[in-house]
Amino acid sequence: MSIANALLHSADKPAGKRPYFLDPEVERVMAVSMAVAQELAVARQRIDTLERLLEAKGLVPRAELDTFAPSPEQYAERALWSQEYINRILRIVQQEGQAAEASAKGDLPISDVTREIS
Amino acid sequence: MDGSDASTEFAQHSLEDTYDGPPDQRTGARHGIYPDLSHDEVERFNFLAQMNRHLATRVAPMVETAWNARIEPRFEAEHGRKPMDRTEARRALLTDPVFQTWSALRRMTMEQRQEAGRWAAVRQSEALAAKAASLSAPDRLTLDPTVAVPRYVAAVDHHCMPGSYHTELFPGDVSGPASYDSGIHVTVGGRGGPYNDGIGRTMAEWIQETYPHFKPSRILDLGTTTGHNLLPMARAFPEAKVIGIDIGVPVLRYGAARVESLGVGNVRFLQADATNLSQFEDGSFDLVMTTMFLHELSLTSMDAIFREAKRVLAPGGLMLNMEQPAYAGMPPFEQAIRDWDAHYNNEPFWTTLHSLDLDDHFVAAGFERDKLVKKVFTVPAGPAGQTKIGMVFVGAEK
Repeated sequence: MSIANALLHSADKPAGKRPYFLDPEVERVMAVSMAVAQELAVARQRIDTLERLLEAKGLVPRAELDTFAPSPEQYAERALWSQEYINRILRIVQQEGQAAEASAKGDLPISDVTREIS
Repeated sequence: MDGSDASTEFAQHSLEDTYDGPPDQRTGARHGIYPDLSHDEVERFNFLAQMNRHLATRVAPMVETAWNARIEPRFEAEHGRKPMDRTEARRALLTDPVFQTWSALRRMTMEQRQEAGRWAAVRQSEALAAKAASLSAPDRLTLDPTVAVPRYVAAVDHHCMPGSYHTELFPGDVSGPASYDSGIHVTVGGRGGPYNDGIGRTMAEWIQETYPHFKPSRILDLGTTTGHNLLPMARAFPEAKVIGIDIGVPVLRYGAARVESLGVGNVRFLQADATNLSQFEDGSFDLVMTTMFLHELSLTSMDAIFREAKRVLAPGGLMLNMEQPAYAGMPPFEQAIRDWDAHYNNEPFWTTLHSLDLDDHFVAAGFERDKLVKKVFTVPAGPAGQTKIGMVFVGAEK
């Protein structure tokens, strides 16, 4: 119940219209970016907490993190994850690129297809 | 360089000694009704406090640089004169990318602060309501359902706080004030002290220094919200009967639970509108106080509140209000920057209040002009060591 309420209400708009300082499209993207920047900072602090707890408990000295070198096998695994990650977040770039070719081959808007098959 | 000496020297000047940014939000004092904050919820507040520090110390100076380098010169080239008031200055600023970016980031940081606090508070809102109920004590809190939310509170949520001081998500809800209390850190960066009561402590100390023989036995705090700044006054005058009033039920409920858990016995909270103190007879109080309250009113309500304050004060009593300084005498650029909150942080009375000569309004309310009180506090601002007015105490003796 409380979590459901938090999901519904944590981002509520305050009464009073919102001012915009930039083009609304730009400011909207900037607001999303700043929220993501905030969450990255939070994640970074959580990793730092984890590192310090591991060191305090004598499990992993923090210096070992900075001198860590993955084996070739480990590096390949990590590198592939990076490629997958970039692929995912730049999906729109791929799709807009593919659109050029698809249009040339007769890719249609949904409304045209709807009309055609109705 | 001798390596061993250097490392000793370095150790003596640790990061802890040289760090001058906002403190860890965790160092803020917890009390019985304080929301539980997860690691990440605290770090969200810490990040946002650093954002505000960055915007104030790194970006705001660039706005001034842009003003001097191109905004004011461009205005002068177009108009053949300098901007004559804060409105012209603000309109000129609005055309400049540095001001636009600073403003957009400032507004977003406030919005993110509200979301961060509400997430933490609303997700545990039922547990907080139960805590508030368990911390209720007889006579600590008196609600009055006939008190209406005034238009100047309802129309715009002050400082972009969704639901303001008065909205409950369900009966007994205190998530609004829990978010307000835990997130103040983002705005003030710890400068109010662990209990966010710096204004109240400063006011209590100033009264004790300025009026060493003044021992108020009946104290009234108008627009007390959660009673942050009322508690230092109650502690400074432990024999006094202290009452905080507000129109908002959740803030009062939270404040009553907070006071109960902190063990301050001489404080009560009442739901009441300060424009109508008819439940109190003439001369009922020795001290009537407000902190950062006047700028959230309307002109007619402020004048009515001054009249009521005058009426309920006993002879020899004091009305004291903490506010930001009036604009009179400031250059248009400084006025426009100080006026940012009025236009962009949901503070609709801010401009009017800071444009007034409050002395005239105290006199119109019946106070005598030769008994008006004013104390200006300055704060260091900028690397050149110049000072700016931080806050002002204004009021009157009766």
